[in-house]
Amino acid sequence: MAGGDDLKLLGMWASPFVLRVKLALSLKGLSYEYVEEDLRDKSELLVKSNPVHKKVPVLIHNGKPVSESLIILQCIDEAFAGTGPSLLPADPYERAIARFWAAYIDDKMLPALNQSAMGKTEEERAEGKQQSLVTVETLEGALRDCGKGKPFFGGDSAGYVDVVLGGLLGWVRASDELHGVKPFDPERTPLLAAWSERFGALEAVEPVMPDVSRLVEFGKMLKARLAAPPAAGASN
Amino acid sequence: MAGKEDLKLLGLLVSPFVIRVRMALSMKGLNYEYVEEDIFNKSELLIKLNPVHKKVPVLIHNGKPICESLVIVQYVDELFAGRAILPTDPYERATALFWAAYIEDKLSPAWIGILKAKAEEERAEKVKETLAAIEHVEVAFAKCSNGNAFFGGDSIGYFDIVLGSFLFWFEALRRMYGLEIINTSKTPLLAAWAERFRGSVEAKEVVPEADKAVQYANKLHAATAAAVKLVSSE
Repeated sequence: MAGGDDLKLLGMWASPFVLRVKLALSLKGLSYEYVEEDLRDKSELLVKSNPVHKKVPVLIHNGKPVSESLIILQCIDEAFAGTGPSLLPADPYERAIARFWAAYIDDKMLPALNQSAMGKTEEERAEGKQQSLVTVETLEGALRDCGKGKPFFGGDSAGYVDVVLGGLLGWVRASDELHGVKPFDPERTPLLAAWSERFGALEAVEPVMPDVSRLVEFGKMLKARLAAPPAAGASN
Repeated sequence: MAGKEDLKLLGLLVSPFVIRVRMALSMKGLNYEYVEEDIFNKSELLIKLNPVHKKVPVLIHNGKPICESLVIVQYVDELFAGRAILPTDPYERATALFWAAYIEDKLSPAWIGILKAKAEEERAEKVKETLAAIEHVEVAFAKCSNGNAFFGGDSIGYFDIVLGSFLFWFEALRRMYGLEIINTSKTPLLAAWAERFRGSVEAKEVVPEADKAVQYANKLHAATAAAVKLVSSE
């Protein structure tokens, strides 16, 4: 591939999905142009690049847009196979396991965490909290069984699942102050708690992480917005 | 590559998710042992091999389980030589994966919602969602197929099997509720594609008659009604 790979990332500073892409690009040592989107006033480029969902992240590689964080991660890994470490394992079976857990995080764990924080009723939030406990404990099991005592889901170094889960770390850290809940409680899920410290301290990770106090403020604002009656003509 | 691969698939004849895997295995020319699961009475093997979700399909390759239909299809594609299921170009792969994810996130839950709806209103809502999703897919087909017979080109590929595995269920829903999810006036490209898919050798091998789906839906409804009765009689 000739030099001058043009990479542009459309993102939003608080988005865990965008963070995943930043983490992947950082781990692989790839440079890119970052564009901060105002999600209440989306750019023409965003709408044109992701007409179906109109969401961030969108990675534009040599003019071609790719959407959906998990797909972007795989695309980066494939298109830049020779640059930096591989995110996905080389062995097809281990790749399948990695993809399985990434899907689990997005399909089961994330919605539960979301509901526990942003559920509209007390009941919904309680149900979300319960589900969160179940899913986080399952993930702890995965780290224990698949990780086999290694420091990361990816083994000796961070890989695909680490990045997928790592995208959530900002919010996980903010959660204690925002909701009085530690999703990766060191008592209940010691491996995940240790993993988050370890992952967060990585040289490629630390500079990319969003500021936790800023996330807390943002979270408080979102909660207030949720509690307040909907404004007329509010857009999504 | 000499020797046989030890492949076993835990499945359900009417599950679109299982059908995807069967089509992928068939496209690679692979032989496997098929085990039909009774979803209302899951086997110990299924629960042991997929403890997280307890769902089919589960592909067992040389004793090791792989779960989640899209993960299995990618696994089969990457591991076994022969016909490519996903495109080889990274950007085209990303596009195929994007639309598969779209089906999983928007179409699949809506379809399940139609089946499990307890009231007419609920069903109508899910139908609306399904039709909205299909409209997007029609646009995608126009863009991605480039005038070819299928999404991936002139033969069946990844996205074709992800969506195509639902077609007999769409027919079942038509028979049960008079719904037309894909029709020749609103979604002409998909309607033509559906004909081609249904008529393909790959589909004919593993896709059941729509009646089987109707039977399964009736069984599901009966089981749900019985469970509700049990709960409300306590």
